[in-house]
Formats: sequence, structure tokens, C-alpha cells
Amino acid sequence: MAKKKTPEINSSSTADIAFLLLCYFLMTTTMGDQSGLQRRLPPIPDKNQKVEDQKVNRRNIVIVRINSADKLFAGNEAMDIVFLKEKMKEFLANPNNDPNLPEKEEKEIEGKTYMVSKGVISLQNDRGTSYQAYIAVQNELVKAVNELRDEFSMREFGRRFSVLTEDQQNIVKKAVPQNISEAEPKDTGKKK
Amino acid sequence: MSKFGGSNSKKDVPGISSGSLSDIVFMLLFFFMVTTQLRETENKVIVKLPEATEAAKLERKDLSANINIGTPVRHLQAMYGTDARIQLNDSFKTIDDIRDFIAAERDAMSEAERSLMTVNLRVDEDVRMGIVSDVKQELRRCSALKIMYASRKPGKE
Repeated sequence: MAKKKTPEINSSSTADIAFLLLCYFLMTTTMGDQSGLQRRLPPIPDKNQKVEDQKVNRRNIVIVRINSADKLFAGNEAMDIVFLKEKMKEFLANPNNDPNLPEKEEKEIEGKTYMVSKGVISLQNDRGTSYQAYIAVQNELVKAVNELRDEFSMREFGRRFSVLTEDQQNIVKKAVPQNISEAEPKDTGKKK
Repeated sequence: MSKFGGSNSKKDVPGISSGSLSDIVFMLLFFFMVTTQLRETENKVIVKLPEATEAAKLERKDLSANINIGTPVRHLQAMYGTDARIQLNDSFKTIDDIRDFIAAERDAMSEAERSLMTVNLRVDEDVRMGIVSDVKQELRRCSALKIMYASRKPGKE
């Protein structure tokens, strides 16, 4: 009989407790906003090592420069940022095998040979360039590469890059490399 | 007992059971607990990230080291001025402190994961590139080569 007489714990206050906890997490929460443009910096060249002839063939490199007034120059001509993407896509893809645009080399990736562009985009900036302009240009460059990758995936696999399997993505990444080099600051440094 | 407006219909309306209320609240609670990430450090600089449509999510959030660059927040401007400053962890630092900071972050990670460390550059959009270039050079010297320019998708605050 004693068993029956154990009083029930009043559970109506669990809601209050949960509300309290809920409020706490609501206040302290910051939704994950960790996104951005990922890059790999080039390693510092060894001082003892002779600077090897790093001269890339002229046609393989395009210099994108942003000056201290946030004006954009691509390949020595002033350009508006809205045209940059198309220009870069043309440069990297070189659809008509123009001798002034980057050469391509045959590369074997996973048993198939692809024509891989040797083009490099060299991004230079001034110390006075605003970060906003810099990121805007970086974004356009990434977008150009991403669109080329999408086109390549459609041709090869019939699907967009983002829905490919990881192996397929790796193939596409190798076939359409993201060659964006951020120049050494000494090139653009303090000289006015 | 008419269905509508009967004299004693008031008495017949059953009370809404509040027993499931706690379940609902708990569900909400778990949602926020899972999505939450507690702010580890107090922001001492104002960082308004630039917009980028191609921004990709960082895969391993726990393997990132944050470097904030921007103007000091309002109440610290009297002391530190309005020039862009670097914030590591909880205080203002200079370029030379980055080496120690990176070393400390590396030590906190397990051996296998050190090579995967990403330095998350959270830079205000109005900052000039000079200070960012200096930081990048210093990172290269510390051979912390994986970096990310933090940015937000357009339309998000």
C-alpha cells in the first residue's frame, strides 16, 4: 500500500525550466556564418635556392591589377568589374585556340586525357586598395572558374559540378584548375 | 444538447492539455542547442564582412584560427584610435604576434589535423589592403598557407 502513496512529482514546471534554457540559448546563439573564399598561399621561396626561371610564357599569364583608387586593370587595359568574369573565362578556356591566349597541354587524369589550360591569373593590388574591392575581384575570378567547372561537368558527366560525386569533382578540379596567384607584395608594395 | 450555443455548452469544452507543451519547448531547445556556437571571444573590432556570391562554407569549423582586422569598437576608440587594428583572441596585437598565435593554435590541435588548419581572415570591408598583405606575408612565413577570406552571401546580414 505504501507504494501507491508515493506522491507524483508535479511536472507542470518542466516547461518553465525548458523555457529558461531556451531563452539562454536564444540569447547566446550566433548562427554559423563561417563562409568565405578559400585560398592557398604560395610558400615562401627558399633564400638559398636560386630563383629559378619562373618566367611563364607571356601568353599564359594575365595580370589583374587593382590600384589604390580601386580601379581595375586586366591585361593592361582598364576594365569594369562586370566584364572581368567573361574576359577571364575566355582567357582560361581559350575556345578558338588563339595564339595570344594560354596554351593547353594534354594531361591524363584517371585514365582519360583532357586538355588542361596552363593559364594563370595573377592578382596584384596596392597597399591602398580597399578590401571590399579586392574581395569583389576575387569573387569574380572564383566565379569564372566555377562556371568553367560547371560547363566542363555538363560536358563530361551531364550534371552540374555541385552534384557530382567526390571523385568526379576531383577530376574536374584537376581538369579546370583554379590558378589564381596573389602576387608578392614587393611587386606592388609601397612604390607610388 | 444542441451543437451550437447550447445553454450548457460552455461546460463541455475540454481544456487544452498542456502536457505536451514541455515537449514542444524541448524540441525548440534542442534545435537551438545544436545550431548554437558560443561566442568564444569578445569582438573588439568592428567587422562588416564584404559580400561574395561564391563564398563556400568552411568544412571544419574547429580547425580554424580567427584573425579579426578592423577599426576598434566605439568605446575603445578613445584609447586605440580609429585605425584598423588586428585582434587575436581577446586583445589587440601587432603583426609580430601572429607567429606566436599561430603556434599556439597549432599546439591546441592534434598532430594529424595540424596540416588542415585554416586561418580565417575576418576583415572589415573598409580596411585597406596594406595591413592584409602584411598579415598574409607573416602567415606565409609561419607556413600557415590555408587561408579563407571570410565573406557573407549577398542579402544576409
